[in-house]
Amino acid sequence: MNVKYMFSLMAVVFLFLFSYLGAEVAGLKVLFGIIIPYVAILIFVAGFVSRMMDWAASAVPFAIPTTCGQQSSLPWIKQNRIDNPSTKTGVIIRMLLEILCFRSLFRNTKMKIHQGQKISYKLEIWLWVSALAFHWAFLVVLVRHLRFFTEPIPGFVKFLEFMDGFFKIEFVDSFMQIGLPGIFMSGLVLLAAVSFLLVRRIMVPQVKYISLAADFFPLFLIIGITVSGIYMRYVSKVDIVGIKELTMGLATLHPTIPEGISSVFFVHLFFVCSLLVYIPFSKLMHMGGIFLSPTRNMLANTRAFRHVNPWNYPVKTHTYEEYEDEFREKMIDAGLPVDKKE
Amino acid sequence: MSDIPTAEELIKINHNPPATDWMDTPVNIRKGMYCYASNPKSVAYLGLPNARKWNPLDDDWKLPENWQQILHEGFKERLERFRTFKVYMDICVRCGACADKCHFFIGTGDPKNMPVLRAELLRSVYRNDFTTAGKVLGKIAGARELTLDVLKEWWYYLFQCTECRRCSVFCPYGIDTAEITIMGRELLNLIGLNIDWIATPVANCFRTGNHLGIQPHAFKDMLDFFVEDIEEVTGIDLEVSYQKKGADILFITPSGDVFADPGTYTCMGYMILFDYLKKEYGLDVTWSTYASEGGNFGFFTSHETMKRLNAKMYAEAERLGVKWILGGECGHMWRVVTQYMDTMNGPANFLEEPVSPITGTKFENTKSTKMVHIVEFTADLIKHGKLNLDKSRNDHLNITFHDSCNTARGMGMLDEPRYIINNVCNNFHEMPANTIREQTFCCGSGSGLNAGEDMELRMCGGLPRAHAVKHVHEKYGVNSLACICALDRAVFPDLMDYWVPGVEVTGLHEMVANALVFPGECKRTTDLRGEPLLGMEDEADE
Repeated sequence: MNVKYMFSLMAVVFLFLFSYLGAEVAGLKVLFGIIIPYVAILIFVAGFVSRMMDWAASAVPFAIPTTCGQQSSLPWIKQNRIDNPSTKTGVIIRMLLEILCFRSLFRNTKMKIHQGQKISYKLEIWLWVSALAFHWAFLVVLVRHLRFFTEPIPGFVKFLEFMDGFFKIEFVDSFMQIGLPGIFMSGLVLLAAVSFLLVRRIMVPQVKYISLAADFFPLFLIIGITVSGIYMRYVSKVDIVGIKELTMGLATLHPTIPEGISSVFFVHLFFVCSLLVYIPFSKLMHMGGIFLSPTRNMLANTRAFRHVNPWNYPVKTHTYEEYEDEFREKMIDAGLPVDKKE
Repeated sequence: MSDIPTAEELIKINHNPPATDWMDTPVNIRKGMYCYASNPKSVAYLGLPNARKWNPLDDDWKLPENWQQILHEGFKERLERFRTFKVYMDICVRCGACADKCHFFIGTGDPKNMPVLRAELLRSVYRNDFTTAGKVLGKIAGARELTLDVLKEWWYYLFQCTECRRCSVFCPYGIDTAEITIMGRELLNLIGLNIDWIATPVANCFRTGNHLGIQPHAFKDMLDFFVEDIEEVTGIDLEVSYQKKGADILFITPSGDVFADPGTYTCMGYMILFDYLKKEYGLDVTWSTYASEGGNFGFFTSHETMKRLNAKMYAEAERLGVKWILGGECGHMWRVVTQYMDTMNGPANFLEEPVSPITGTKFENTKSTKMVHIVEFTADLIKHGKLNLDKSRNDHLNITFHDSCNTARGMGMLDEPRYIINNVCNNFHEMPANTIREQTFCCGSGSGLNAGEDMELRMCGGLPRAHAVKHVHEKYGVNSLACICALDRAVFPDLMDYWVPGVEVTGLHEMVANALVFPGECKRTTDLRGEPLLGMEDEADE
């Protein structure tokens, strides 16, 4: 039993009980359906912006890109314009590849020592695959949810739904009627990927060793969000019309709580709000931080163009005059040139 | 090296972490894995804080009374001054991609040598001191107070990182452990916790112009000695110019090349090349005893100390009135020159934008720093057919090439050295793809860790590099490891002897000089080391 993931699991269970009982037993639907969502959005936006501003307020004294390819030097040597970018276009492509394709993670290798004889570094793509699947599936799910906050629903949301639900699986029995609403791949991919990331964190000894409670908490929370969403869509068949009335009310700043909305929805919504509030105070800020990472977003042209350090200050150096004063006789004896002869 | 385990023992590495959580596993400062504490004289000479005699094995490190406050304030100041530090304290998701990329983790199996945990050593204190979650939740949020034990852990593991940046290549956010280590060491220096292998070279460099503390006359003696050696082997009679005002080019190389084998042969290589260029094309290169150090151990102390040492390069170039600066084969020197020098001590408007006086090539990529790497310079000469090279004079060598961390990941000079190698020798084999170029493995002794007392650490850290050499040694019969870093040349001989006996270490310009044919020269039977050339074994004996 690991106290770190148990703590996080318990925290998510607590959030579940708090919201479920709050909505179901105490009937605090205004709190969970209106007040908390607005507060969460405010905290998220204000928190996110202030974190970014806080980072941006720190100086960038030196240009220290990590060069991951051939530099720009002699005209006949082929430069790697993306991994060692000397132009802004190169930096933009580098950043896009990093943010959209997780370029650096794609390099991942696994080291193994074979019977004390050979060491190998094999390409290890599963972290990259699961991370990419997780983030893209999350984005698709997020965009799909715009249908709850827009009227009429924008074409790109419908198109995305169409693509996402393309591989429709018909499966009907007395308990479940999967297939009628159409299966969205994104939700299942998200659940599979986030589960893989969790299992990896628990099963790989080194990763488990470095993990903090703060690494498990968002995974459990996102699993909670995904499971409650999937449950509502495929199992409990919640009142979708009522929910859209509520969400549109939130979006148009005319909040309302329609009758008959399942408490599971309030759990789902509360989980999402918890995640929103959690983001600015946690490692999940990596989504903003990556844009400000100097090893990736800086030009590798530091010998051709001078980077200015805003706090550069004069330092005590040992001047040539001081040096010659100390060693003049020895220099003269050795036949080395000196500035002052006596 | 008798008191360290054998290679067969040392490679039995357990990479599985211990049962106790890392925060509950106290640091064990082990002999062979750390460098001696800084000599108070050196610390005092530089005017750095808390100069006193201390021993890492003692309980009492003789710290200033308010050391926690000093570190807290120093931490805060650095968060404001360095966006890298601040962002990298916050955004790590602990995905673990960096873990088995670090040569020290691969070589020791110590979990605190995973880059992510090395950074967590600082992050845990950061959370405690600067984040709300850490203040409220404490340990469960990954926060802990900076106690004396934590401080000792910082010191031990921040001097088990060579700032090679390999992890930063693999990190999805580009988190650079070198930045973390640099900041950590800066903080340690605020309370006088450095190692002597760094502090004393820095003090030497400040005073005499080079890390080894060679005074001007002795520096000249050394080069004069090389002049004699060169004449003996090659019959070439050459002269070295010192701090000549109005020379075309000021040449600066790490002092390791002047004093330690096999770097000395690389140094002779430079001298031979310059002499050839002088006689053939009238090139006027001068050396300086004042700026006689390319390397910069100040970089391993603090940004300020780095700047203090680096200032000599531009100052001397300005005093001598040269057109531009040429730099020798060195690793971290080129990280400093590429990414720091111009910002710290520039702009060098008193110099000209570098142009090769021989080929007319404009080194556009250096137009602001005005400092050209000798590998770029020589590659350009070869491309323009300005050097008469006899490749077969390196036929006794079977070469592989080690990309130095700093020229690879802090500069990106990857193809220029390979171009030179392919033009000066016939037998060249690359090490496996995941161990070269931007994924190159460190020598294991960089960033000031190349002392004698931490030999076990160095052999552990050098394991991945050495095993990649072993691979090509066994597969292709490679017998020579070429590199463009003075520190590599100083430490690889020990590493090779330990892991891959039978592989020698050479600089690029040693091979250039072996291959360089002077007009009317006498017949060469040996290389610069006096080793017989292939097919000349009998003649060389005479």
